[in-house]
Amino acid sequence: MLPQDVFKTLKDTLVEQFDIEADKITPEARLYEDLDLDSIDAVDMIIKLQEITGRKISPEDFKSVRTVADVQQVIEKLLSTPAA
Amino acid sequence: MTRRVVITGCGGLTALGHDWQSISAKLRARESGVRFMQDWSSYKDINSKLAAPVAAYELPPQYNRKSMRSMGPVAVMSTRASELALEDAGLAGDPILKSGRTGIAHGACAGSAEPTMAFGRMAQSGSIKGLTSNTYVQMMAHTGAVNISLFFGITGRIIPSTSACTSGSQAIGFAYETIKYGMQDVMIAGGAEELSVGPTAVFDTLFATSTRNDAPHTTPRPFDKKRDGLVIGEGACSVILEDLEHAKARGARIHAEVVGYGCNADGAHITQPQVDTMGLVMELALKDAGLPASAIGYVNAHGTATERGDVAESIATNRVFGSKAPISSLKSYFGHTLGACGSLEAWLSIEMMREGWFAPTINLDEVDPACAELDYLTGEGRKLQTEYVISNNFAFGGINTALVLKRWD
Repeated sequence: MLPQDVFKTLKDTLVEQFDIEADKITPEARLYEDLDLDSIDAVDMIIKLQEITGRKISPEDFKSVRTVADVQQVIEKLLSTPAA
Repeated sequence: MTRRVVITGCGGLTALGHDWQSISAKLRARESGVRFMQDWSSYKDINSKLAAPVAAYELPPQYNRKSMRSMGPVAVMSTRASELALEDAGLAGDPILKSGRTGIAHGACAGSAEPTMAFGRMAQSGSIKGLTSNTYVQMMAHTGAVNISLFFGITGRIIPSTSACTSGSQAIGFAYETIKYGMQDVMIAGGAEELSVGPTAVFDTLFATSTRNDAPHTTPRPFDKKRDGLVIGEGACSVILEDLEHAKARGARIHAEVVGYGCNADGAHITQPQVDTMGLVMELALKDAGLPASAIGYVNAHGTATERGDVAESIATNRVFGSKAPISSLKSYFGHTLGACGSLEAWLSIEMMREGWFAPTINLDEVDPACAELDYLTGEGRKLQTEYVISNNFAFGGINTALVLKRWD
């Protein structure tokens, strides 16, 4: 997955897995407030992203995530480091 | 002082339809829900390839991703059956549901099969692939009960009645006692079972399944000489129990009164039913109701069509009610719906009592001479006016239940 595809992949995941309207998914959109996700959804989003990227996302990396752009950053950072 | 408890709503998802009118038409037409399961052909070692799956049902829009993420099929059916029951009772959206005065008693043999398999794969492969935040909550035994609570915002007591074939009847019994002794005003009570090949394998291993694979509509055959075992069914049924005064105050339509409940255990053998304690549980329910055996006009049998079960049940029933007791088994139509059967059979017994017609046991051509003498309903069923019926259920591990239900005119 190329970094420029990360946003698209993330958007597709949010639409398919969480029934969120595509228009609502902007980089600034807040996961909990704007997209109506909750802690359980966040866990399932991580699981899905781990599946797609083939990388393990650490709990610390994800705890500070608030917006779609934050998630994008975490994934991009993960993809820029070599796989273990 | 104890309170009187009435049933003000019933709802179910069954192999023969999802309301009394549809089900009644099929019972009268002696139509069975049993069919050959093409999908099960890959299970080479399982002798029985028969089941009675629930008829197709639609879910309204409120069943969306978020409200359903914690549900497997058994929880979806438990919730939908409860919603139908609440609508029937005129309690859908009523503030009583969120007041803390409404509780839930609900059960099934287990949670859903698919998430259980995910944990099985984990144990086998060492990988947690396929596990999500909701895998466990769909698998856990009380998944139905808590999903009902979440879906309707119910904040009272939750009694998970996870006891296999008595899940539904125990739910009604415990819910009845909960209201009777003033702990809650309204209870949603029932049971459910989703179809999976697992339960068929359980009984197949015990040589207790029917293998009439080429003639699905001729089996199961409760109490019949030529019966060869049970068929697993699928379904869900919930009833709304309510304090009589509460029901009257809001002008509710009352279907029946729960007047007696008996529950005991064999304490003897894990799978072999025991005549003495089966008979005793019926006596316990009669004692609770303050009624003589002669007051009961119809016995709804557990009647699974297994050799040991039918014989023991018929002898126990004969000892308590004598040889003239009208009796039939609805499992001849629905198969053995396990967690659902206790509540499903209670609901349909109430409807039959209201209608003054009781369904026959289909496929009962010649009563097994090993079964005790009873008035086995066959043919076109029986027109019968009675004030009281009893519905009996028996589960693995030797759990016995009996519910006495009174007609409400």
